[in-house]
Amino acid sequence: MTISDGQVPIIELRGVDKWYGEFHVLRNINLDVGKGERVVVCGPSGSGKSTMIRCINRLEEHQRGQIIVAGIELTSDVKNIEAIRREVGMVFQQFNLFPHLTVLENLTLAPIWVRKLPRKEAEETARLYLERVRIPEQAEKYPGQLSGGQQQRVAIARSLCMKPEIMLFDEPTSALDPEMIKEVLDVMIELAEDGMTMVCVTHEMGFARTVADTMVFMDRGEIVEHGPPKEFFANPKSDRTRLFLSQILAH
Amino acid sequence: MTEATHELPLPAARPPAASAGPLGWLRANLFNSPLNTILTLAAVYLFVVTIPPIIRWAFVNAIWSADSGRACRGDGACWAFIAEKLRFILFGRYPYQEHWRPLFVVVTFVALILASCDRRLWGRRLALLWMGGLAAVGVLMWGGILGLTYVETELWNGLPLTLILAIVGMALAFPLAILLALGRRSQLPAIRAICVAYIELVRGVPLITVLFMASVMLPLFLPTGVTIDKLLRAQVAFILFSAAYLAEVIRGGLQAIPKGQHEAADALGLSYWQRTRLIVLPQALAMVIPPLVNTFIGTFKDTSLVIIIGLFDLLGTTNAALTDANWRGFYLEAYVFTAAIYFCFCFFMSRYSQMLEREFNKGRGR
Repeated sequence: MTISDGQVPIIELRGVDKWYGEFHVLRNINLDVGKGERVVVCGPSGSGKSTMIRCINRLEEHQRGQIIVAGIELTSDVKNIEAIRREVGMVFQQFNLFPHLTVLENLTLAPIWVRKLPRKEAEETARLYLERVRIPEQAEKYPGQLSGGQQQRVAIARSLCMKPEIMLFDEPTSALDPEMIKEVLDVMIELAEDGMTMVCVTHEMGFARTVADTMVFMDRGEIVEHGPPKEFFANPKSDRTRLFLSQILAH
Repeated sequence: MTEATHELPLPAARPPAASAGPLGWLRANLFNSPLNTILTLAAVYLFVVTIPPIIRWAFVNAIWSADSGRACRGDGACWAFIAEKLRFILFGRYPYQEHWRPLFVVVTFVALILASCDRRLWGRRLALLWMGGLAAVGVLMWGGILGLTYVETELWNGLPLTLILAIVGMALAFPLAILLALGRRSQLPAIRAICVAYIELVRGVPLITVLFMASVMLPLFLPTGVTIDKLLRAQVAFILFSAAYLAEVIRGGLQAIPKGQHEAADALGLSYWQRTRLIVLPQALAMVIPPLVNTFIGTFKDTSLVIIIGLFDLLGTTNAALTDANWRGFYLEAYVFTAAIYFCFCFFMSRYSQMLEREFNKGRGR
């Protein structure tokens, strides 16, 4: 994939392969993401889309090929991995907030311990981001006292507090009740409008149409098709994409 | 006419009253079925038969002061024996005129334990308090400075010995256990193997054996002329032994932490030790408070096994007190008294653990 205006990509995947035992889960993945680009990854379950974005911050290890994030190549060198993780925020399907810490402590933990910010500064930043995800009044509560939608917004704010260059979203709305999906998507749309580089695995095709610069369709561990959303939805090139879209857009 | 829709939400109503007065409670809980009625009556009968004789023995017919064992025979308990032997049971052969020192040690331990209940002190201040307290305990027991006469550890007997073995043992076994539990789950095969081997080896051997090895075998391996204090050897054996048990309890907590917690911490860029200290351990330890305290209570009572290597803990001094020819045969009184002391400490631990659980669960649930 090439980037239209010729700038250096911030995420590069070159011929990436991965196996779970005998199972070939990622097959020759090539993907470039430019700074400020919004990529939405879709595909049937088990197609490897979560595994692919989890490789970008090394929650999963790739076995062949190259992954270069923000100019740093991912190797088994712990220093490199930690450096990349500082620049890459991640939002999970299951939120994964720290239940023993208050919302505010969830947000300030990494800035204080990883970025070595003074507590006061970290708290100011945290309150700013809580404001942005529209739950400033929940700062002193514990995650277990919030609704799913609120928890996911806290999780987004927690990642943003590290001021990452890239945000990864791994099915951020799949564990939410229907009435809470919108509040999370709204936050993500705002984030996209601010120019954040985003790679987002999701089934929310409305969100994809609004936000994505590039659609990526994966099936059985490979990237089958990619392109701008307009073309992708109106005119899918491969049969597999057409079948998938007809299944999820049918109702 | 009924309306199909409500413009306003229904007002919240009070829940129905659970029971009507004490009679209602009795009927609902004690006499609600024939079987329960029979059980209730049987329990009442058991109380009627057992409790009055116990009260008669312990209080009504008890003899509170006597000059010798012979003057103390009767239907009731001979508490005069306890009064006569109190200082020996508590402090053993520690020099008689210096008994205020072990007494202060016991008071210091109780004060430290009570201070640990106050959440406001938790953190660095409590750690400093404990360090200062333990230093004071050492100075008081050993002496040799500040004008205190030197007392060798041979003579550290009774309750202070029990408390030192148990509390110092738990305090040092706990961090060791955390390292062992983490090591057992390590990605590095060598570290994992060492930890597994250690835990399985120590757990597979009775405590008595470990104590024997510490007291009898260890000196054989040391070069001649080098001796290590017997109490120190027992203390180290204790620490190594309880660490293996505690490690498995803690590992249970570590395994209960969802994978997502590790991933979230990793994704934020936390290092292994930061993740362990800030995310994993606080949750894992809070989860295993009941089995942890269970192990602590077991350790506390296991200190009585040091009697077999010739250290006189609280149970040891109790046994020794019973050998006095003038006061023969007051086993029941002696053991009831000693059991009561053990019970106080163990019961306190169990209440403390319940307080900790409440404290850690505050605001966590939905």
